[in-house]
Formats: sequence, C-alpha cells, structure tokens
Amino acid sequence: MTQPLTIAGRTFSSRLFTGTGKFASAALMEEALLASGSELVTVALKRVDLQHQADDLLRHLHHPHIQLLPNTSGVRTAKEAVYAAQLAREALDTNWIKLEIHPDPRYLMPDPVETLLAATELVKLGFVVLPYIHADPVLCKRLEDAGVAAVMPLGSPIGSNKGLRTADFLDIIIAQSNVPVVVDAGIGAPSHAAQAMEMGADAVLVNTALAVAKDPVTMAAAFKAGVAAGRMAYEAGLAPTSAQAIASSPLVAFLDEA
Amino acid sequence: MFKEIFEQYQWDDVKANIYSKTAADVEQALHNQRRTLDDFAALISPAAAPYLQPMAEMSHQRTLQRFGNTMQLYIPLYLSNECQNICTYCGFSLDNKIRRKTLSAAEILQETAVIKEMGYDNVLLVTGEAHQLVGLEYFKKTLQLLRPHFSHISMEVQPMDEADYATLIPLGLHAVLVYQETYHQEDYKKHHPKGRKSSFQYRLETPDRLGRAGIHKMGLGVLIGLEDWRTDSFFTALHLQYLEKKYWQTRYSISFPRLRPFSGGLQPKVEMNDRELVQLICAYRLFNQEVELSISTREQESFRDHIIRLGITSMSAGSRTNPGGYAADQQSLEQFEISDERSAAAIADMLKKSGYEPVWKDWDQVLG
Repeated sequence: MTQPLTIAGRTFSSRLFTGTGKFASAALMEEALLASGSELVTVALKRVDLQHQADDLLRHLHHPHIQLLPNTSGVRTAKEAVYAAQLAREALDTNWIKLEIHPDPRYLMPDPVETLLAATELVKLGFVVLPYIHADPVLCKRLEDAGVAAVMPLGSPIGSNKGLRTADFLDIIIAQSNVPVVVDAGIGAPSHAAQAMEMGADAVLVNTALAVAKDPVTMAAAFKAGVAAGRMAYEAGLAPTSAQAIASSPLVAFLDEA
Repeated sequence: MFKEIFEQYQWDDVKANIYSKTAADVEQALHNQRRTLDDFAALISPAAAPYLQPMAEMSHQRTLQRFGNTMQLYIPLYLSNECQNICTYCGFSLDNKIRRKTLSAAEILQETAVIKEMGYDNVLLVTGEAHQLVGLEYFKKTLQLLRPHFSHISMEVQPMDEADYATLIPLGLHAVLVYQETYHQEDYKKHHPKGRKSSFQYRLETPDRLGRAGIHKMGLGVLIGLEDWRTDSFFTALHLQYLEKKYWQTRYSISFPRLRPFSGGLQPKVEMNDRELVQLICAYRLFNQEVELSISTREQESFRDHIIRLGITSMSAGSRTNPGGYAADQQSLEQFEISDERSAAAIADMLKKSGYEPVWKDWDQVLG
C-alpha cells in the first residue's frame, strides 16, 4: 500500500485525478472514470446546466467516492473566474475549485497574472483553490504564499498527449513545494503518468488520453496501474541511474598506493 | 488592420500559385508539422485531389485530439427577412418579391419556446440588413429578451460599427458570424450592387472591429460558388491567420456555405463537388487544429452523416430559414432551401450512433 494523499483535509487513496470532456457519451465517461478509480473529477462549469438538477453529465458522476472539482474553463480574467467559482460553489455545493484562466483559446495557455490575482481573492473567500498553471517554480511559490491547496503545473500543452516536456521545471517545483503538486495537462500515456509519480509528483490529472483512446475504459485501468506503479516506485526509492559501468576509481587510486 | 495585408496580395497571383502546386508540394505540406499558408494552398489545390484519403485520416485524428468525440449543435433563429441590399444570390434580396416579416418580442418568444423544446441552448440570430427596423435598438432588445433563455447567443446580421458591438457584447452577444462572401473585389461589387453591403471595404474590416470590441468568437467564410473557391479559401485562411495573431483572445470558426437555389436565383459560377468540399474541410483542419469548422443544413443528409468524422466540430439541425418558421410554420419566406430536413432529435441520434456526444451547451453567460 502506498501513502494516501491529503489535500485540504480530504484524503484520497487514488492519485489519479480525471476530467470529463471529449468522451463519446456520458455513460462511457462514467464507466471509464469508475475503472480509473479516480476520486477527484473535474467538471467544466460551461458544460453543466446549473439551472436544472437533472443535468446528464452530473447524473453520471453521482458516486459516493467521486468528489467533483468544478473548473472555471472559459473565463479570461480574474474577475470572471471569481464570479464563476462563486456560482459553482452555490450550484454544486463544494468550495473546491480548479482555477483555470486561459485567455488564449487556441493553445489554452494559463495566464499567470490573472491566476495569481484570482487565487488570492478566492482563498480569502474560503475556497480550496487548485490552480492550473505553467511549470513555473516561482509562480508556484507565489501561489503557495497566497494559500492555494495544491498547484497544478502542466506537463506539456493541454490535450497534446506529449508527456512531461517540462520535466526539468516540474522537478524544481516538486523539490521546493510545501503543497501537493498535481501534474496536469499533456499526460498522454500511462508511462507519462508513472514518470510524473516516480519524480515525486503527488498526483496527476488525465483527460484527453482517456476520452480519445479507442477503448477509454481499458485505458483508464491502464492509467490507474501506471499511477500506482509510479507512486510505489517513488516510495520504494529508485536505484540511481548511471550512463556507464562504474570502474574502480582510477583518479583516487593513488591514495591506496603505498 | 487586415486591409494592409490584403492589399499585398493580388487575386490572380494567388490563384496562379494554387493551380501551379504539384504532388511534391502536397507531400511536403502533408509532411510538415506546422503548416504554412503556402502549405494550405497546396492542400486545396487540384494537385491534392489524389491525397484525399490520407488528408481525411489526418484531419480526423487532429480533430479527435482537439475536440474529442463531441459535436456542438446550434440552431438559427431568423428574426427578419427585411433587407435593403440587393444580393444576386440571396432570397432576402430587396428586389425579390417576397412577403417581409420582422418578428415581434412575443413572436421571438414563441420561436424560442419551440427551439428550447428541441433541446437547444446555443442559438444563432439571423437577419437581413434593414437599419431602421432591425438595427442596434432591435438587437439590444432581442438580446435582453433572449439572454435568460440561452447560454450562448451568436448573430449573423449586417456588419456594425465597433461601438455597436461593444454595446451588444455585455448584453450577452457571444459570437458574430460575418462572411466576406468573396474576396474578389470586382465580383463582390457585381453581386452586391445596392445597399450598404455594396461596400467591400467596410465588410472586410468587420472582423477587425469585432476584435477590437473584444468579441469572444467570430465566424469567417465565403459563399462558395460566387468565385473560384480555392482562391477565396486562401484569402479566408489568410484572414484567419491574421486575426488569430492580432486578436489572440478570440475563438474562430469557419463555415463553407455552398450556393443553394432559391426561386429565381443565381446559378453558381463555380461548382464545388462533394469531394472538393471534403478536401477543403480537411485542408483547414491540417492548417489549423484549433479552428471550429461548421456545417449547416444546406448540405445533404448522407453527406452530413459522413462529414462529421472529417473535421467538422459544429452543426445545425432542424433549421428553418424564415422568420417565424418554428412556431408559425410558414415556409414561404425562406432564405434558402434546406437539404437536410431531419429533426434535431434525429441528428442527435445519428451522432450518438456514430460515437459522438451531441453537445447542446458549451458556454454559460455567467462566464462573461
């Protein structure tokens, strides 16, 4: 058994967080999310009908082990994000919010300035804030100072499935963070997820790689296994790597010479 | 302004460049990771016709990665067929003797009730161009009337001034579609001899005005059939590329309306067959992974069923193209003939059977 993960007082036994977009149907999404074992599932506010309780997407997410993490996808400014978070809190009865501010609709790159502003405000308003950001170590520290519950740096452009192109920066973020680090965006294969976990990330968030797979349910199970294996390896302590066999020490051999 | 870029290009040169593309140019374009406008020219050229299968496969994969197994659904709501323009190809043209109608607030709400019943949350408001009757004040009232009913409101109406757009956006206007019809200046004048629409420049600069006003989304396109579609599409892509860099916070969509018959109407100068339309759609997707590609009920049923896998991300269904068409069921005032007559529910069913989730709602007015 690996250690559980705690964010803002809530304990998760699964370190695989998931999204709900791009699936061929809500029923297939539900089946895949159940196979993933995920306990924290993000939902775009813009996709749910907050006025009607019978929303199809939400109905398929109604399981006791699944906590909803509403996200602010679509907003372009801190002001809009704060407003959207307040609506989500009211409608979905949770003070958790995945803060996403990407004013650039093409590459969906997070805006660091607006995100820090919004995070500061939302923490003051009592939200549990999980901001989606670039793999920027300084920004992570600034957000931590602002009181966020975790940071969610990207592995590569969202939806790209390219894996951990930001590995060097994730490494720094993980090394110096006092809050959980969740690698979000760009994770395209279970091996990418395992790599993030081996590096010491606290969790990963995966969406496109599941939703767009030929068989999302089996892929969800594969990610579950990948995340678990990566975490076990991290806790077990990976053996050091070496590019070549280590010879006897010719440089210091003279010390042993009589 | 796009005008400065546009003026650097000559129609005949662009056309000659497209028609001079070779198989080697097409293969290079297919090979490139990031494709240039010149690659787009190769992909829409006659030389790319034998490469339709690999283009379709790549387009499908790129669309799937970006948009997933989903299809956005929207429906047009025709508010008025009053028009002071003469356009040679349009059923609403001033010189076309049809009964004119502009919906009252009560009639708009009647239409809305029917549309909402179909499941729609994403509506496209359409009018002709009649500034006194259907101008800024009418649009303000209509947006205020409709905002509580729809999470996403688009407009396809006459081009307006920047200040007008800036007034309408906070009232709930989310997207504006404004098609150039053709980028061929002389032919544009021939097809739009009278009315405000006769100003090529004012229309050409509309996306700039929209961008400055901070619109969330804009739609571009040309009316296929007026001029050489390849050359017109190159200019559309040029426009798109310019806008994406300049107004980087705005989303873009492209439509491909093919000239449809109406009573006494214009026959297309240039025919575009189904294979060519597929080629164009795939070329857009290979050129730009993020742009939304939209197909309307102008197209035939079987064509629409197949096209959903090839790059399209949004479609209309159950449409009527006449004011009052949903609630009052009058078919006499329509702008063009519908080809795909299936209901919204039938289209949703077709999408599900094809492995696509119909998306009725993908925006919320609360998001700004």
